[in-house]
Amino acid sequence: MAFEGLSERLQETMKKITGKGKVSEADVKEMTREVRLALLEADVNYKVVKDLIKRIKERAVGQEVMESLTPGQQVIKVVRDELTELMGGEQSKIAVANKPPTVIMMVGLQGAGKTTTTGKLANHLRKNSNRNPLLVAADVYRPAAVDQLETLGEQLDLPVYSKGTVANPVDIANEAIEKAKAEHHDYVIIDTAGRLHVDEDLMDELQQVKTNMNPDEIFLVVDSMTGQDAVNVAESFDSQLDISGVILTKLDGDTRGGAALSIRSVTGKPIKFAGMGEKLDQLEPFHPDRMASRILGMGDVFSLIEKAESEVDEKKAKEMQNKMKSASFTFEDFLEQMEQVKNMGPLDELVNMMPGANKMKGMKNMQVDDKQLSHIEAIIQSMTKKERVEPSIINASRKKRIAQGSGTSVAQVNRLLKQFEEMKKMMKQMTSSKKGKKGGMNLPFM
Amino acid sequence: MSFFKKLKDKVSKQTEEVTDKFKDGLSKTRDSFTTKVNDLVARYRQVDEEFFEELEEILISADVGVNTVMEFIEELEMEVKRRNIKDTEEVKEVISEKLVEIYYGDDDESLEALNIQEGDLTVILVVGVNGVGKTTSIGKLAYQLQQEGKSVVMAAGDTFRAGAIDQLDIWGQRAGVNVIKHSEGADPAAVTYDGIQAAKSRGADVLLCDTAGRLQNKVNLMKELSKVHKVIEREIPDAPHETLLVLDATTGQNALSQAKTFKEATDVSGIVLTKLDGTARGGIVLAIRNELNIPVKYVGLGEQITDLQPFNAHQFVYGLFGDLMTRVENDEDDSDDKNN
Repeated sequence: MAFEGLSERLQETMKKITGKGKVSEADVKEMTREVRLALLEADVNYKVVKDLIKRIKERAVGQEVMESLTPGQQVIKVVRDELTELMGGEQSKIAVANKPPTVIMMVGLQGAGKTTTTGKLANHLRKNSNRNPLLVAADVYRPAAVDQLETLGEQLDLPVYSKGTVANPVDIANEAIEKAKAEHHDYVIIDTAGRLHVDEDLMDELQQVKTNMNPDEIFLVVDSMTGQDAVNVAESFDSQLDISGVILTKLDGDTRGGAALSIRSVTGKPIKFAGMGEKLDQLEPFHPDRMASRILGMGDVFSLIEKAESEVDEKKAKEMQNKMKSASFTFEDFLEQMEQVKNMGPLDELVNMMPGANKMKGMKNMQVDDKQLSHIEAIIQSMTKKERVEPSIINASRKKRIAQGSGTSVAQVNRLLKQFEEMKKMMKQMTSSKKGKKGGMNLPFM
Repeated sequence: MSFFKKLKDKVSKQTEEVTDKFKDGLSKTRDSFTTKVNDLVARYRQVDEEFFEELEEILISADVGVNTVMEFIEELEMEVKRRNIKDTEEVKEVISEKLVEIYYGDDDESLEALNIQEGDLTVILVVGVNGVGKTTSIGKLAYQLQQEGKSVVMAAGDTFRAGAIDQLDIWGQRAGVNVIKHSEGADPAAVTYDGIQAAKSRGADVLLCDTAGRLQNKVNLMKELSKVHKVIEREIPDAPHETLLVLDATTGQNALSQAKTFKEATDVSGIVLTKLDGTARGGIVLAIRNELNIPVKYVGLGEQITDLQPFNAHQFVYGLFGDLMTRVENDEDDSDDKNN
């Protein structure tokens, strides 16, 4: 939808401000405008976005551009760092009470997925921590909510405590804990009825359950598709119940999930788990870093930045750049660069990460798939050292020899030679137009 | 006659009870929205760039959606320039007028009513993602149709979620409506087929078909839904007469993606917007109308069985911007009723 265009737009902006040594204020302004839109489209609360953009601006202006990044990417890196910081570290631990049973209370709006998540959480506790949980059906309002939890209990082969729909949730919870003690369950998970955070009577009821049970964990279950209102929901549940963590549901959908960021930033409470599917084992620890890239819709660019940070040998890159400038770039260097690029991962994946890369002049004809790359490698390796440095000496008979040696055809050798010349020309153009400036092109593929 | 007066005249023809329901249900939305707009107008003397920027934020915070907001602001800026408006008080009316324009679109009100086949079986298919309130909406709808004297049958097509069949069954008992069901895990298309046969043989007026909630990016589940749709089409030409997409009003921008994908799979003819009685929201209706042109047919304004209300754009806008309008009206004509 609208979003695909946004990632593209960001790419466009990034391209415009390529090739500078320092990130200027104007660069940042242009970038942050796009980032702001991206965040708002992702349902991040507008207040949260405002604060975030302010911090990004402060941090990004005047930064030195990393060797392996363009200024545009540098700004995105700051954005990523800020988002990741805001999302916090991974925290999927569940409290353990000094004296069992540990009591967990599940709260949230209607339809967030509390009952299903209750089942999933119980399954998680049993499977990963070898616990013996008791499920408690305290949603006495929604028709068949008790049946639903009982069915889940049957599917999971876990006990469910229920008293039908006429009992009071506080009584149900009390009795369930007695039963848990008697039958040695170490965890009690209470499924409560969904309610609007503005419904005072029902929020009071939750408070009563809380005061009575003194739960070790209160998990707010939130639909990851929630819009701007996520802030209000999280704020009021947290202020009234002091929740201990958040579980994000339906994250297997195609939502950007900006709600996660909003909730995290207004409550400061960790997001512990994420519902990743309809099956009962599809509850996963929440990965804040992944969420950061998902929200911005730029996972591609993010991972590229990460890979560029870690894989490209800075010194070699510098050497290479000098060679490009002096146009003394040879097939030897080309081979070396191909190795580096290959270290970054499968090539098609890499190219996919760079929307726009294949739009570049001279790159268009070069369809990069890994197989073709190994052909290129073979061709270069079949050249003599002299041929690699001085391709102009390659005449028809040399071409024939190279083709035979590499198991390719003369046409393929010709194509490579032509592409290489084009590439050299392109490099010369690029480097001469940015004389004396750092950064810019480091890899022929970028 | 001013724009507000026209709107008010239309509304006053409708029963007060319904208007009140809309006003109550939307009080949270209205309060926060109008407070914000009024606050904005009070703080700015001049209509300048900052003013528009803040207005943009207000709209975005109501989940209106970035695209729609940008379009709206652009149009508003042009309108303000055209009319040469400098005073922020004056711009208030233009804001409401433009918003209402988006709400109404080129729609006429008949689009908002359910497409009921008088004297023949009407099939209504209900679809949506998980947890939006499909089963509840069907239950409420069944009750209301039954109250109107129609004979209703429900088909329990959500054979996936634990307890969904029981849930519809309970609604069936409450509404006094027959529920056609198979066991959990059965083929939803088969349940729907049986529902159609039962409704036909009983000479029912309306068949309501429930389906399991599914996220729109699950290709196989969407195919399953298309199959259900096809089964209905095959059994009764022109059916389903309505395919209602249930949307949770708290949903953000993903609602657009939902509407789009479900429309592709099942040719959605209308929207049921649920849980509209919470806090600031409802803006998504604007975005959906603006970008996908699917009419809203019902809104959920509370938990009561009667709180599922046929959507009416006049009512909705009045409920949403009522206070804002009253003030402008009072400026125009002090003899007007101030209690609105």
